Amino acid sequence: MSSMNRREFLQILAAASAAGFALDSRQAWGAGKGDSFYELPRFGNVHLLHFTDCHAQLQPVYFREPSVNLGIGGAAGRAPHLVGERLLKAFGIKPGGIEAHAFSFLNFEKAARTYGKVGGFAHLATLVKRLRASRPNALLLDGGDTWQGSATALWTKGQDMVDACKLLGVDIMAGHWEFTLGDKRVMEIIEKDFGGKSGAKINFIAQNIKTSDFGDKVFEPYTLREMNGVKVAVIGQAFPYTPIANPRWMIPEWTFGIQDDNMQKMVDEVRSKGAQVVVVLSHNGMDVDLKMASRVTGIDAILGGHTHDGVPQPVVVTNANGKTLVTNAGSNGKFLGVLDFDVKGGRISDFRYKLLPIFSRLLPADAEMAALIDKVRAPHQAKLEEKLAVSEGLLYRRGNFNGSWDQLILDAIMEVQGAEIGFSPGFRWGTTILPGQAITFEHLMDQTAITYPQATLTEMKGEQIKTILEDVGDNLFNPDPYYQQGGDMVRVGGLDYTCDPNAKIGNRIQDMRLGGKHGGTPIEANKTYKVAGWAPVAEGARGEPVWDVVARYLRDKKTIAPRKLNQPKLVGLKGNAGIA
Amino acid sequence: MNTTRRTVLRGATASGVLAGLIAAGALRPTLVLAADWNKAAFDAKDTSTALKGLGAGTAAESKDLILKVPDIAENGAVVPVDVTSNIPNTSSIAILVDKNPTALSAMFSFANGALPDVSARIKMGQTSLVKAVAKAGDKFYVAQKEVKVTVGGCGG
Repeated sequence: MSSMNRREFLQILAAASAAGFALDSRQAWGAGKGDSFYELPRFGNVHLLHFTDCHAQLQPVYFREPSVNLGIGGAAGRAPHLVGERLLKAFGIKPGGIEAHAFSFLNFEKAARTYGKVGGFAHLATLVKRLRASRPNALLLDGGDTWQGSATALWTKGQDMVDACKLLGVDIMAGHWEFTLGDKRVMEIIEKDFGGKSGAKINFIAQNIKTSDFGDKVFEPYTLREMNGVKVAVIGQAFPYTPIANPRWMIPEWTFGIQDDNMQKMVDEVRSKGAQVVVVLSHNGMDVDLKMASRVTGIDAILGGHTHDGVPQPVVVTNANGKTLVTNAGSNGKFLGVLDFDVKGGRISDFRYKLLPIFSRLLPADAEMAALIDKVRAPHQAKLEEKLAVSEGLLYRRGNFNGSWDQLILDAIMEVQGAEIGFSPGFRWGTTILPGQAITFEHLMDQTAITYPQATLTEMKGEQIKTILEDVGDNLFNPDPYYQQGGDMVRVGGLDYTCDPNAKIGNRIQDMRLGGKHGGTPIEANKTYKVAGWAPVAEGARGEPVWDVVARYLRDKKTIAPRKLNQPKLVGLKGNAGIA
Repeated sequence: MNTTRRTVLRGATASGVLAGLIAAGALRPTLVLAADWNKAAFDAKDTSTALKGLGAGTAAESKDLILKVPDIAENGAVVPVDVTSNIPNTSSIAILVDKNPTALSAMFSFANGALPDVSARIKMGQTSLVKAVAKAGDKFYVAQKEVKVTVGGCGG
């Protein structure tokens, strides 16, 4: 895409300002120093650049942040469980500006048209190069969920992302969805592309993956680097519940878990080897990271991902021996986190952190990366660009209970398969489509590109449906983060219910009734219902890939009217800052 | 991972080398002695009856009894449990699962001087408290933690 120069962008800002976007220049241009959003003066002598959960989005995209991101128990009212104005207020971001757009869902459609798309590896590459120029020997950390989430990543078994990350200059990586390519493919990439387990080119690290027979390590748990005279350790933490949230049969010989005891051991080990800065590159999810930071001592920062929270500033957690910074750097290639430490006399004396949104109009595309992306896409261009339908409404996924994209998928799989009820997994990845935009096959794959994509039709008893909703609800709303899995609630079609997130498992889901044309009939525990779904985690599941089912539906409809969201009635959430 | 050890052990079980090692005293199964089968405890449908069967009606919580279990089981059919007792003179360790059809999963007795450190894989049908109960002298001690068993899927 064409990139605007700064003057053009300023003109658009002027227009936006006139159109009701109150723009304070100091806010709009970030740090308040200099005249550019991306001029971030160097601070200190240890520099970490961090992106996470890009979900294979090589191209710039639209991405709407959630309007529902509930915090339950001790997590209520605190980052990352703040949305909209509550989030802006907590971090001192002025409403209406470019940063407010980056971090919140507010006024999304209008702001997205004003500020344009976000992310894109060619634009990210330009920013990384600039920051590296001002920050010698900076390390680039990839928090994982990089090799999954797009058509090209699926069709090349992650190779497009591996090549892009090598060109981007990623130094160290952690993982989650990577493992859904299967253990053999992960090891093949590490051997062929990353320079082996020692990470001659890229270090893939995880302290919490062991073999399930003897408990031997599968990956190196950490890497020690020398940066500008300071010894820096980076410890890897994979998503602890990969074998539960994703198909276990794809990684049958590995066991995961949070493993704080071993984390403490690793921190102590790197400290004893002289590390002056200890950082964890984590795919725990922010709530788990916050708890881990309170229990494990000696970590200076946890650079986190998984829960896709774009958190403008670190949360400082106090534990028995000191303080740990906890960050979360959003998703879909939208942000790059920059953490600078000033280390004096072997100790950290101060830090600076900035989560920079990548606005592709503000950052020219890096030519080399753009060429690589073009090359990756060329063989698939026609298929990717097929226009399936035009959306009249905003299509997005992110949110605790439902998104309009999932509603569309549910409507499609229920209609095509003749089901009364539909389930769509609570994935947090997937890009956004503005009203009037064409839905291409590529957009559909942004929502569905996984290695276990089968669409299913299952007969389920009412009590089974309740069990599933309760189970997934507990993965999201258990007040103890160590029992959470970091996804959103399973999306439902054709089913109305009441949800009390503060209740205990077994009591959160109430008053289940058939929706739609059967409106209002209570679900009976012993009655059997036809349930459409997709993404089965069990081995040997059969079914047509969900993208084919939905593509047929879209081609047939041609125009997609704004969706009516199947949302549960929520109780007990008065005043919760995680719901707009 | 240690491929060599894995290969040797696979070979060993196939060729009977392990039997040789045991005979030579390199592996000493006699360190952990099987106690008499406690039918009352193993047949008990609930934890309190099982504990009574073990003679452990009142067990005190102890920090010196360390129970390691996952927060969420990756596979309810094989949940790894590790129990270490730092309580002097520990003579037995039992593992119980409140919500299993029979609560007592395993019972280990230690001959004098054996290290009370055991690992087992247990089966769990649903989310439940898992308890480790150790006996030292005439007293019983307990450590417990909830292990969640979930239907899975839907993450991330």
